[in-house]
Amino acid sequence: MADLIVVEGLIKQFGETTALAGVDLTVPEGTVLGLLGPNGAGKTTVVRILATLLHRDAGRAEVAGLDVERQADEVRAIIGLTGQYAAVDEYLTGLENLEMVGRLYHLGKKESRIRAADLLERFDLTDAAKRPAKTYSGGMRRRLDIAASLIARPRVLFLDEPTTGLDPRSRQGMWEFIANLVSDGTTILLTTQYLEEADRLADQLVVIDHGQVIARGTGDELKAQVGGQRLEFTAANSADLPALARLLTPLGTDTPQVDEQSRTVSLPVARGADDLAAALESWRGTGIELMDVGLRRPDLDDVFLTLTGHSSAQDDRPQDGSDKSNSGKGSSEPAGAASADLQKEKTR
Amino acid sequence: MTTLAHGVSDAVTITKRNLIRLKRVPDLIVFATLSPIMFVLLFRYVFGSAISTGGISYAEFLLPGIFAQTVFFGSTTTGSSLAEDLKKGLIDRFRSLPMARSAVLVGRTVADIGLNLVSVFVMAVTGLIVGWRIHTSFFHALGAFLLLLVFAFSISWLMALLGLLVRTPEVFNNASFIVIFPLTFIANTFVPTNGFPAVLRVFAEWNPVSTITQAIRNLFGNTSPTLKISDAWPIQHPITYTLIWIVILLGTFIPLAVRQYGRSALR
Repeated sequence: MADLIVVEGLIKQFGETTALAGVDLTVPEGTVLGLLGPNGAGKTTVVRILATLLHRDAGRAEVAGLDVERQADEVRAIIGLTGQYAAVDEYLTGLENLEMVGRLYHLGKKESRIRAADLLERFDLTDAAKRPAKTYSGGMRRRLDIAASLIARPRVLFLDEPTTGLDPRSRQGMWEFIANLVSDGTTILLTTQYLEEADRLADQLVVIDHGQVIARGTGDELKAQVGGQRLEFTAANSADLPALARLLTPLGTDTPQVDEQSRTVSLPVARGADDLAAALESWRGTGIELMDVGLRRPDLDDVFLTLTGHSSAQDDRPQDGSDKSNSGKGSSEPAGAASADLQKEKTR
Repeated sequence: MTTLAHGVSDAVTITKRNLIRLKRVPDLIVFATLSPIMFVLLFRYVFGSAISTGGISYAEFLLPGIFAQTVFFGSTTTGSSLAEDLKKGLIDRFRSLPMARSAVLVGRTVADIGLNLVSVFVMAVTGLIVGWRIHTSFFHALGAFLLLLVFAFSISWLMALLGLLVRTPEVFNNASFIVIFPLTFIANTFVPTNGFPAVLRVFAEWNPVSTITQAIRNLFGNTSPTLKISDAWPIQHPITYTLIWIVILLGTFIPLAVRQYGRSALR
């Protein structure tokens, strides 16, 4: 498979600030690359340079073998861009928006209309097609925005934080739409600060922070890099937590973490299911009442925490309530030792 | 299709988009028509009673001035709309499309002629009701309206550049007020300039707002031998002087605005 996007040593300065300090990445045709990082990491800058919107200071940036600056017009003809803001004209109807973009890709009147109708159907917007986009919900606008970027069947699609600001249900829906695109063979560069999103949609991940790539690989590879599995025991009464921790400590590869709020003891282990069985064995008969017991693999949130030394949500915009509800497990203190280990990883 | 044909078709697409918006955002049309009506009525009946305009009625003196002021204000729509498009990320989208670089600006400025056309029409009707008259031929009147709209079109390109530089519609609107009020008041628009202090009078004589006003006064026949006007060259040759301004404005600000568009990026 040929690489449809090639970025090498990409550097971009904004005045004193270094936005990109030499980023390398490639995206093979027909695959999805997830570009992951906190706000201000440089994700959007990479996308904007590739989408011909921003001048680069140094390095190579090519789409389908075309230089994004010297051959900008040719590049524009084969890319689609969905930016962080749903860039639809809110006073035009959904149909008018898509037709306009189709015409601007020089599709021809009839072809624009057919494509527009197709995409409205596919993105579940047919009923709203004749209403001004102003009346759309956030999720509908995003869908319209993505539909607009697809109208000329681009070979390469840039999705810059496609679900930021969406409620969990719309986000779920958006993931399904994106997953469908992938099955059509579109090559996608996706940026996100939602680790779950990258894990779910991308074939390969590149994690950037402060304009530098700090890790790359598949979701599984990154998780493996961070370490193995953890036991998680949730007690019914917080009074039992110290006893529970003492009980589990001998099985762990490190000291257990106790989260009072969720009444959970979490412990890194080396042998997975065997350790779980052993843990249950030693628990039996102690009289500690348990709510939940589990073996958990690290998710990308853990990866992020270890790689960057700060959580993905740390310098995030305010999260909606839904995120808080399942972030309990992430609220345990970051293991200082683990993050120091990964500092070494970085410089390797 | 050739590049030129693409450019034209892109500009037409964007013009259509802007005209649809005009239709869907009634506030814009309402403001563009109500405020000139208000100006005509206020000036005609409040100041008109106190201002002496020689041999012609104040309504006849006033209307060309109000026309000039209104299209000047109308042309600011170009800047605030572009600032808004920039803010909403639409310019980003357009810039990522294989379309002509000039199309967004051409489509904007051309659509804004449409907005000015509506205001001019409403003002003309209001003017006729309160006593303004055209004393020349149909073609002179047509020439006057054309000159007015072309003048506004050239100002639109200046506004386009400013809108792209300022980036926030609110800031742009406030800033443009500060510039446009003095420009349209230190002129022969509402009162004869004879009584101005010397510095202001010279400014008024060379102010293109004065010369576009004088040009259409001449073309509509809203003049009188007993109403003395300045001997300054621009006021004596208002059409030529105004056309020179139009050429300079277009020649300067079309390339500058298109260049700025190419650079403009949402931050």
